[in-house]
Amino acid sequence: MTIEIKTAMLEPVRNTFAHIERRFGDKPATRYQEATYDVASEINFHYKPLWQPEFELNDKGRTAIVMKDWYAFKDPRQFYYGTYVQMRAKQQEVAESNYSFFEKRDLARLIPDTIQQKVIRLLVPLRHVEQAANLNNMYGSSLGYGTAITQALLYNGMDRLGNAQYLSRIGLILDGNSGDALAEAKRYWMDDAVWQGVRAYCEANICVEDWFESFVAQDVVLDGLIYELVYLQFDQWLADNGGQDFSMLTEFIQNWNKDTNRWVDAVVKIAVMESDANKQLLHQWVENWKGKAIEALAPLAQEMIGPDALNTAITALDTRLVKTGLLK
Amino acid sequence: MAAKKLNIKDKYRLLTRDLDWDFSYEDRKQAFPYEEFEGIKITDWNKWEDPFRLTMDSYWKYQAEKEKKLYAILDAFSQNNGHLNVVDPRYVNAVKIFLTGVSPLEYQAYQGFAHVGRQFGGVGARVACQMQSLDELRHVQTQIHAMSHYNKFFDGFQEFSHMHDRVWYLSVPRSFFCDARSAGPFEFMIAIGFSFEYVLTNLLFVPFMSGAAYNGDMATVTFGFSAQSDEARHMTLGLEVIKFLLEQHEDNVPIVQKWIDKWFWRGTRLLTIVAMMMDYMLPNKVMSWKEAWEVYFEEAGGALFKDLARYGIRMPKYAETIEKEKEHISHQAWWTFYTHGHAAGFHTWIPSDEELDWLSAQYPDTFDKYYRPLWDMAKEMEAKGERFYTSGLPQLCQTCQIPMLFTEMDNPNQNSMRDTVYQGERYHFCSDGCCDIFNDEPEKFVQAWLPVHQIFQGNCGGPDVGDILKDYYKMNIGHDNMDIKGSPDEARWNKWKGIA
Repeated sequence: MTIEIKTAMLEPVRNTFAHIERRFGDKPATRYQEATYDVASEINFHYKPLWQPEFELNDKGRTAIVMKDWYAFKDPRQFYYGTYVQMRAKQQEVAESNYSFFEKRDLARLIPDTIQQKVIRLLVPLRHVEQAANLNNMYGSSLGYGTAITQALLYNGMDRLGNAQYLSRIGLILDGNSGDALAEAKRYWMDDAVWQGVRAYCEANICVEDWFESFVAQDVVLDGLIYELVYLQFDQWLADNGGQDFSMLTEFIQNWNKDTNRWVDAVVKIAVMESDANKQLLHQWVENWKGKAIEALAPLAQEMIGPDALNTAITALDTRLVKTGLLK
Repeated sequence: MAAKKLNIKDKYRLLTRDLDWDFSYEDRKQAFPYEEFEGIKITDWNKWEDPFRLTMDSYWKYQAEKEKKLYAILDAFSQNNGHLNVVDPRYVNAVKIFLTGVSPLEYQAYQGFAHVGRQFGGVGARVACQMQSLDELRHVQTQIHAMSHYNKFFDGFQEFSHMHDRVWYLSVPRSFFCDARSAGPFEFMIAIGFSFEYVLTNLLFVPFMSGAAYNGDMATVTFGFSAQSDEARHMTLGLEVIKFLLEQHEDNVPIVQKWIDKWFWRGTRLLTIVAMMMDYMLPNKVMSWKEAWEVYFEEAGGALFKDLARYGIRMPKYAETIEKEKEHISHQAWWTFYTHGHAAGFHTWIPSDEELDWLSAQYPDTFDKYYRPLWDMAKEMEAKGERFYTSGLPQLCQTCQIPMLFTEMDNPNQNSMRDTVYQGERYHFCSDGCCDIFNDEPEKFVQAWLPVHQIFQGNCGGPDVGDILKDYYKMNIGHDNMDIKGSPDEARWNKWKGIA
C-alpha cells in the first residue's frame, strides 16, 4: 500500500522556459534540458574579439564542420554540472579507497622491480598526454558553439586533469612521494625515443586551429587507441606478469573511458548523420590523424606488449567508427 | 619503501604544475598565441602562486556535496510551492532582473575563463582559471534551476535567454561582459577576475542574495549560500592575478592601472541596476545602496588600494565622482524604469508611503530635495488614472549603454552629457568616465550594438515600439511589462492568497 501525502496543488502558468517549449513542446522539462538548450548567446555581440577579429565572440565558423543546429549534440549521459560532479564524486570515492588500500598494504613491494620500472617508463608519462587532452578539450569548450557540446568538452577537459593527477599519484606511490619517479617519467617523455612520436603528436594537436578537428585528433583517435592499448591490453599484460594490483590504480581511468566513449561516439555519429560534407571531412581528419597516431604509438605498443598490440587497438577503434557511420 | 609525507604545496606542484613541458616539435607561441599583444610582460610563469590548491578529486567531492544539498532544497521548494513564501509579489521582479540580466553573465564568465584557462602559457594560472570556468557554468545552471519554479508561476522569466541578446536595458550587463571577453586574456583577468570578482562582486552578489534572504526567497538564497565558497576561491584568484602581473614587470603597472580605471568605471555603471534593486525593488530592505557602497567599496576597496599602493597602483580614476553618485543613481534609475515601464520585461511601481519615508531617512541630503517631488507627481497622475509612461526612446551612452539618465553630480538638475567626434561621427556619453574609455579604444566602442540606434535603423522589426517588444524581444505584452498594479502576476498572487 502506498500512502499519498496531500499537497496543495497550484496550476502553473507554464511548464518551462519558452525556448525549451519551442524545442520540446509544452510539457515539464528535465534539468538537463533547462541547463543546456539555448543558454549561449546567439547574436548582437557588440565587439569583435581583439584576439580574433575575423570572428564574433560566439561563432559557428571556428570549425569547418557545419550543423544546422549545434544543440543536436545531446550528451547521452545528460551531464549538466550537478549530474557531472556527482557522478565523478562517486567514482573518485572508489578510486580513493583503491589508492589507500594499495598504499596501506604497500602492495608495490609485491611487484617486481622490472615491472615497476616498466610502469614508470610506459604508463606514468601518459599524464602528459592527459595534460594535452586537457588543453585540447578546453580549446573546444572555449571556442566551440552551443552549450550541448561545449559543456561536455569542459567536463572532459577537467576529467583529463583528474586523470593526469591519478597517473601522477601512481608515480608518487612507486617513489615513496619523493617525486623521483615523476621526474624520471618526464625524462622519458622528453627524451626517450619510445615517446617522441606521441609527444610530437600532442604538440601538433595543441596547435590545431579547428576545434572540432582537435577533438577528433584527441578524443576520437588518440584516446581511442590509447584506451585499447594501455587500459585494456597493457592492464592485462601487467596482470599476467605480476603487476595485477596496478589495476586498482587505473580502474578510475578505465571506467571513465568506457563512460566517455559513449559521448565521443555520439558526437561523431551526430556530425556524420548531419551531412555528407561533414562525413567526408571527418573521414579525412580521422584518416590523417590515425595515420600519425599509429606511427607514433608503434614503438610504445611494441615495448609495452608486443607486435600485435597496435593492430588489435586499431581494429577496436575502427569497430567503434563503423558504428558511428563514419567507416564502412 | 617508506613513503614520506608530502606537503600540500609540493603535492600540488607535482600533480599540476609539473604536467607541462617545453615543446620541441612545435613553437609554443603557436599553442599560446595571445600572451603578448596587450603589452603585458611575463618573465616567469613559475612565480605564479597557486591561489587554491585543489586537485580534481577533491573538487568533485566538495562540489558534489554542495550540489546534493542544493538540489534537495530546490526540490522541496517547488514541491511546497515555495514561491508563496515571498513577502510580496513585487519582490519577484528582482529575481526576474537576476535571471535575465545576471545569470547569462555567469555563462559568459564560464566562456571567458575557459578561454584564458586554455590560452595562458603558465599551467598554474591556467588550471585555476579552468576551475573557475567550471564554477561559473555551475552558477548559471543552478540559477536557471533555482528560478525555474518561479517561471512556472510568474511572467517575465520565460524568454530570459532570447531577451538577454536583444533588450535595451539588458545590453548594459551584456556589453560589459562582451567587452571583457573580446579583450586580451590579461585584460579579461583584470576586468572580471580582479575588478569584478574581487572588488565589485560583494555589491552584486551580496545584495541579491541578502535581498532573497530578507524577502522569503528560499530558492535564491540557498543558491547564494551554495555559491559562497566558489566565490571565495574566485576572489583569491583575482587577487593573485593582479599581484602576479604587477610583480612580473614594472612596465605592466601603467597598463594594469589603465584597466583598473576602465573596469571600475564600467563596473560602477553596471551596478546601477543593483542600486535600484536594493532601494526600490526589495519590499524588505537589507540596507540602502549608499550604505552598501560605503561598506563594500569605500571601506573594503579603500583598504585594498592602500595595499596595492606599494606596486604604484592608485585608486581608480573618478573615485571622487563615484563617491557622490551613491546619493543619486538608484533614484535616477528607478525613475527611468518607472517611466519606461511599458518597455521593461518586469513590473514597476510607485514606492509606498512607508518606503518613500525610508528613502528620505536613508538619503537625507538628496531624496526629499530631488526625487520625492517626482513620486508626488507620479502619485497624482496615477490617482487621476493617468499612470505616466514616456513615449520616447532614450538616448544611450556609447560606452555603458545606459540611457542618459544620470545628472551632473554637483548639479542634480542638469543632465550629464559628453560627446566626442571620431572619424567624422559624433558619439555621446553619460559621463567623463565613459567618454575616456571610448577615447582610449574608439575602434572597439564604435562597434557597440546600441539597442535604440538599432531600433531606429529598422534592425529590430517594428515600426511601432509595441511590435518590437512583441516580435523582436518576444515580450508578452500586458503580462511581462507595465505596472504591477493590474498585472496578471498581481491577480494570481491575490487569488493564491485569497485577497479580494
